[in-house]
Amino acid sequence: MAAIACMAAASDPSERLADPAQEARARDLFKEVRCLVCQNESIDDSEAALAHDLRLLVRDQVKQGRSDAEIRAFLTQRYGEFVLLKPPFSAGNAVLWLTPLGVLLIGGGLMVALLRRRRTAQAEPEALSADEEARLERLLKGE
Amino acid sequence: MIVEFGAFALVLALALSVAQTGLSAAGGLRRSGALAGAGRGAALGAFAALACAFAALIYAFVTSDFSVANVAANSHTAKPLLYKVAGAWGSHEGSMLLWCLVLTGYGAAVAVFGERLPPRLRAWAVAVQGALGVLFLAYTVFASNPLARLADPPVEGRSLNPLLQDWALAVHPPFLYAGYVGFSVVFSFAVAALIEGKVDAAFARWVRPWTLAAWSLLTVGITLGAFWAYYELGWGGWWFWDPVENASFMPWLIGAALLHSAIVLEKRGALPGWTVFLALAAFGFSMLGAFLVRSGVLTSVHAFAVDPTRGVLLLSIMGIAAGFGFLMFAIRAPSLNAGGLFAPVSRESAIVLNNIILSAATATVLLGTLYPLIREAMDGEAVSVGPPFFNLTFTPLLVLALAILPAGPLLAWKRGDARLVVRRLWLALLVAAILGLAAYAVVTPRKALASLGLVLGFWLIGGALAELAERVKAFRAPWAEVRRRAGGLPRGAWGTTIAHAGLGLFVLGACFETAWKVETAQALSVGGRIELGGYVLTLTDVGTLEGPNYLAERGIVRIEKQGGGLVCTAQPERRFFPTGGQTTSEVALCPRGLDDLYVVIGERRAGANDQPAWLVRAYVNPWVRLIFLGPLVMALGGAISLSDRRLRMGVARKAKGAQA
Repeated sequence: MAAIACMAAASDPSERLADPAQEARARDLFKEVRCLVCQNESIDDSEAALAHDLRLLVRDQVKQGRSDAEIRAFLTQRYGEFVLLKPPFSAGNAVLWLTPLGVLLIGGGLMVALLRRRRTAQAEPEALSADEEARLERLLKGE
Repeated sequence: MIVEFGAFALVLALALSVAQTGLSAAGGLRRSGALAGAGRGAALGAFAALACAFAALIYAFVTSDFSVANVAANSHTAKPLLYKVAGAWGSHEGSMLLWCLVLTGYGAAVAVFGERLPPRLRAWAVAVQGALGVLFLAYTVFASNPLARLADPPVEGRSLNPLLQDWALAVHPPFLYAGYVGFSVVFSFAVAALIEGKVDAAFARWVRPWTLAAWSLLTVGITLGAFWAYYELGWGGWWFWDPVENASFMPWLIGAALLHSAIVLEKRGALPGWTVFLALAAFGFSMLGAFLVRSGVLTSVHAFAVDPTRGVLLLSIMGIAAGFGFLMFAIRAPSLNAGGLFAPVSRESAIVLNNIILSAATATVLLGTLYPLIREAMDGEAVSVGPPFFNLTFTPLLVLALAILPAGPLLAWKRGDARLVVRRLWLALLVAAILGLAAYAVVTPRKALASLGLVLGFWLIGGALAELAERVKAFRAPWAEVRRRAGGLPRGAWGTTIAHAGLGLFVLGACFETAWKVETAQALSVGGRIELGGYVLTLTDVGTLEGPNYLAERGIVRIEKQGGGLVCTAQPERRFFPTGGQTTSEVALCPRGLDDLYVVIGERRAGANDQPAWLVRAYVNPWVRLIFLGPLVMALGGAISLSDRRLRMGVARKAKGAQA
């Protein structure tokens, strides 16, 4: 439902910064900042009043020449980690960030183990014996 | 009266599902054809009864019978007929009924079309499918009955959420559920095979058509959902990594992994344990999705049927069903045969890599989706995991998978020759690289990463074509032979080629649209103009109009090419629905080849010189149509593959004749 109240307004001309480079930076930041009262949207997508305020805040900070990291820190201090759509890489979030690589490595390790084991056990029989092949054929013919 | 009949039919369907489970299981245990046959009859009966119940619900919606609680809450007399019908599955209760209908429908399909299966396996599969039906039907009857009456019926209904009153969303749930719930058959087969203790090539052959069907339908369902989000939510995005989207995406990823690992099991007898695990996991993720979407444990932009108390019940159902499946797996897995041998460079290895990456991708989406809950439980810290996280983690995995994809189908089983693959693919890679470089040179602003993404997309399409050329010996054999070979290619091979090329189309669209879309927004009075990406947009008029159940303000926006030439007249609307007091914006889309001109009109506001003005936002979304076309092509590939399997399963002799 919130989607109705929260429809894109970030590019509303009345809010924009004069310097296009700064405006572009602000827009990039908006995509990482959660609209706290909306269901699940960034302040870039949201038309809610709070999102509007947050956009002004971020634009103001950009205008003052603060770095992206400083602005993120400022927002986190004010609203908690909840406000960032990209969780910072910290001890608490290490599991989250490392899972993709972890699963990839575990999978790769298992595959290597599988291939190794296979190579040492060359004597293993084929997947389908002639007998099984014939049975499969029979089954598929519907006997 | 008809509603009571429907409510009765619903309870009857539950009773018949109980009978289906008991009779089929007894048939499996005692090897009794008669009992198993009775179980199949019960499966057909359950489906027929549920179809009646569903028809009764649709009837109640169409006739606006507000004495039915669900109709009163989700319909309105003024609503157009299509959305009255679609309202039947627009709510929690109705969508669960649709879920059950599809579930019993698949059960009936196994009962009817499975005559070539070994009788015991079939009996067990029908029994498990029946047991799933019992769980979900019991939930529907006792906790979520869509046909319950109101003691004190209102004169008018509260109407369906206006955002859902849209054709794409009206047909989105049936496709989505046909896909989601299609994996239940795969699950039932997996449990049946585990009960029988035999997971072999034959199992893979039976499971593949169902997986293909479910996966293809899910692909269409997700695409429709993305298309709906694209033009109905009004900010031009099509994928938000929202929990509800992720819930549908996880079974899709696992289904894609299963499609491939089942090929290895069928052709080479390898990976039986892994394949059966995926078969269980696919429906596990479907149920997880049903729970996440409906329970409200995660906040989402588009959760429309949320109910926390009943979420616990859904979680329990999921626990029972998935728990039983994985328990059977744990018992049987150690005794499963390890299967055929293969070398590090082989098609098996390529598919194993595909499965590893898809698993890592699924784990990423799963953890990202649930992480806010996990952190909250761990240390009470509220965190958000949004699109920037998924873009950073999921995209590299996808890139990895896509980079190796074209090599897979060209590798031989058991032991492939890497040099041969290089010889067959170098041209595709070269062409892809040239096209990517051209994009880098020509398209402004210059973007290196997006150009690389385009290389990847062209590489997939080129790779698919190279594989096809190889199979038919194009450019190497006389034309007559090429034609003969093309005619003799199994449908499955065409399906692979088409699906992989479809993925390439999607990648092209996604990269191009994301990198090079341009947008603008300006408050315009009538007569005001904005320029955007080579087009001039003029707001020529704004009028009001009255829809069937809404009032709208409609802007007329003339879109011309810079330097003259009318392109189209966009008519974006802002609709107000008095019943719910909600406002939606109706986007105007002007398709230009693969691109879209996307125009949205905002609220009336005060402009210069006391003239009223409207905030007009416009986007040029280049190649955006490929984003929706690509997945549909993938689903088409699945469907073509499926027709092959039916041929081979049903008329084995005829298919053999065609190949010889």
